[in-house]
Amino acid sequence: MAITKEDIKKIAKLAHLEITEEEVALYTPQMAEIVAYVEQLNELDTENIEPAIGGLTPEGEATQTRREDVPHKSLGQELALDQAPLASHGHFRVPKVL
Amino acid sequence: MSEIKSKIEKTLDNAEKLNETLNSFLTIEREYATKRAEELEISANENQSLRGVAIAVKDNICTRFSQTSCGSRILGNYQPQYNATAVEKLLDAGAIVIGKTNMDEFAMGSSNENSAFGTVKNPWDTMRVPGGSSGGSAVAVASNVVRVSLGSETGGSVRQPASFCGIVGLKPTYGRISRYGLVAFASSLDQIGIFGQTAKDVAEVLQVIAGRDKYDATTAETEVPNYAAELEKEIKGKKIGVPRALFGEGLDEEVRNSVEQAIENYRDLGAEIVDVELPNSKYSIAVYYILATAEASSNLARFDGVRYGFRAENAPKLREMYMETRSVGFGAEVKRRIMLGTYVLSSGYYEAYYAKAQKVRTLLKQDFLNAFEKCDVILTPTAPTVAFKIGEKSDDPLAMYLSDIYTASANLAGIPGISVPCGLSSEGLPIGLQLAGKNWSEDVLLNLANVYGNEFPLKAKPKLAITDYKIEQNPH
Repeated sequence: MAITKEDIKKIAKLAHLEITEEEVALYTPQMAEIVAYVEQLNELDTENIEPAIGGLTPEGEATQTRREDVPHKSLGQELALDQAPLASHGHFRVPKVL
Repeated sequence: MSEIKSKIEKTLDNAEKLNETLNSFLTIEREYATKRAEELEISANENQSLRGVAIAVKDNICTRFSQTSCGSRILGNYQPQYNATAVEKLLDAGAIVIGKTNMDEFAMGSSNENSAFGTVKNPWDTMRVPGGSSGGSAVAVASNVVRVSLGSETGGSVRQPASFCGIVGLKPTYGRISRYGLVAFASSLDQIGIFGQTAKDVAEVLQVIAGRDKYDATTAETEVPNYAAELEKEIKGKKIGVPRALFGEGLDEEVRNSVEQAIENYRDLGAEIVDVELPNSKYSIAVYYILATAEASSNLARFDGVRYGFRAENAPKLREMYMETRSVGFGAEVKRRIMLGTYVLSSGYYEAYYAKAQKVRTLLKQDFLNAFEKCDVILTPTAPTVAFKIGEKSDDPLAMYLSDIYTASANLAGIPGISVPCGLSSEGLPIGLQLAGKNWSEDVLLNLANVYGNEFPLKAKPKLAITDYKIEQNPH
């Protein structure tokens, strides 16, 4: 499946990226080459193969991750807002939604 | 003046002096590090295993006392509200973090040319790349500013720069070191890794930071062995598997010869060399670039200009603010990978790419399980070439990706791997060999690396390194 300029524009929009015509011209052949390369996986018959589950090692899968549901200390409002580009009255501030 | 403080001041001087040329540090925290040295000096706890040891930390590992930029404009001078667990453990052991190191933006790259803050230079030849993505941490160790540093690995990002810079680099088993506070790139692959001038240096740091962490559900309960106790063990009888089929196309002749010589050296040390096959290994880069980009497109969705870092000014509406922030904040390679990940996950393509890659990942894991029935470790080159020239591959993403051909499969299988210096090219550039081991066999890898390093140390030092200062080994 060859990647076209239209595909690149559509993907960029899905990824919340605004890209220039120049970038479209740069990315299209590069992404087409990468996609053609990864399509070599089609040589392999994987019909009866189970997909790998994340990166978990056998021991990792067995890790007991449940814990008692008790509250513990978290960052707190002040610290959580500490790095925000814009905050006021205990909230993150953003431009108008609509 | 106190001993710890005078040493740390000398280290900071060295870091500042070399950084003008090498650009390996994004921040050097003189005030913080000096103050910490003073505090350590008056504390009575002299049993801390890393007391006074200077350490450099990759800038995608959160530190309360210094910026964490991930080499990206989008995080800029973000100052985390907490320390990563690995950092917290190092501090508890008495280490002093002297600064944060340069890296490919969001750890996406194999040369450090993708940093928003300039390329890192290789101290063996400043026209060449140090490797990536943890190039800054590798160079900080190779140039003798520090003897240990933290990096991170998603597909070779510690082992490949270790190879290019002539030092030891370890990628531990998935789940061995907590990733709490490591900014996520591809969560099923990411691990914090360690650089050291020697395997012993790496072992000391691993001892401190390995183990279960309640803040990272993917860390394992598996017991952490005493690595120092295994370091000097004889390697007689150890079985080293060599997948010769991977020594063909794309492998530089000098690298091949050097690694073949290393295999003979291991044989002379008493190891048994056996043939193994990893028939699906040639697919590892394809699998890697589907899974890593898919996970990245999801993980990097959080950078939206709302909670931290950079925000594009003057966007009238929320959606435009997101788009402008991300478009200005991310560099070209990060955008390329986010888009590739978005593509492989998009409706209609998911089965063909993502689901297929997950199945091939099972085959890759199975290959290793089969091979480890015949051997303890698998030996290959770490990278197909020595450090390449700055600019040589920067316009060709696929060629760049292929420099991880020997390393990415360990991340996909979750197993540990280590790069050990094994020789120099005719141009005097370091070559590394890689040992990959069974899950939780870091002790075996460190043992094999340590014995090799003691018997066959590199015969040269980098051109641009601190030579008038011997970093002291721990008395422990």
